Amino acid sequence: MSSEIQTKSVIISNEEGLHARPASLFAQMANQFNSRISVVCGEELVDGKSILSILTLGATQGVRLTIRAEGADADLAVKQLSHLVESGFDE
Amino acid sequence: MKFADFMCESAICVDVKATDKIGVIQELVGSLVLAGQFKEEDRDSIVEAIMKREELGSTGIGRGVAVPHTKHSSVESLIGTVGVSAEGVEFDSLDGEKVQLLFLLVSHPDRPGDHLRALENISRQLRDDTFCRFLKQSATADDVSQLLKEADNNQFAS
Repeated sequence: MSSEIQTKSVIISNEEGLHARPASLFAQMANQFNSRISVVCGEELVDGKSILSILTLGATQGVRLTIRAEGADADLAVKQLSHLVESGFDE
Repeated sequence: MKFADFMCESAICVDVKATDKIGVIQELVGSLVLAGQFKEEDRDSIVEAIMKREELGSTGIGRGVAVPHTKHSSVESLIGTVGVSAEGVEFDSLDGEKVQLLFLLVSHPDRPGDHLRALENISRQLRDDTFCRFLKQSATADDVSQLLKEADNNQFAS
């Protein structure tokens, strides 16, 4: 159980894409989990707990991301983080 | 997008005096006014808009870096500048650290994509520790300009 891996594919729905505020919200939520969390966009994989790393994706509205979590709380992490993205970060 | 596309070199501040958020934003916006990028009468509303954005969540993104920004109809295209503080500025960053490097950005309300591409560029370059460290150690605006040019020429980017 300790090395459970979960992934989920999501599409960025908010109009302005993954700019500073969404990236910050994502990283803040990701940091609440013990799992290692990464975000995959195209061929790039970045640390989902780092705002700076998430911003390097420059992901715009409509772009597909894969959220990947590895650890004991991976299931919950992927559920909550994908919900955050799909809800458009309340923008 | 490259730094040269939006950075106002004559507004770069390497000796930021302010030690708090409102102070440093006033200083950088003031520097852009002096550089002729904003009109004097827009100064207060730009500062206010940037502070309002900060209330939604600090743009202190970690590693001693902040990207205060707003949209404002007074600009035609994205404009930005860099501030360097040796002492560090309290910015309510997520990691709790003071901020030594600031990239202040003002974009046109109809062009949110420019802002996202600028953030992408800044964050990609800052991922390089050498670039980040050299910027924080810059003693003159020319040093900063030179580093931004080198970054534009892919001398740091990973």
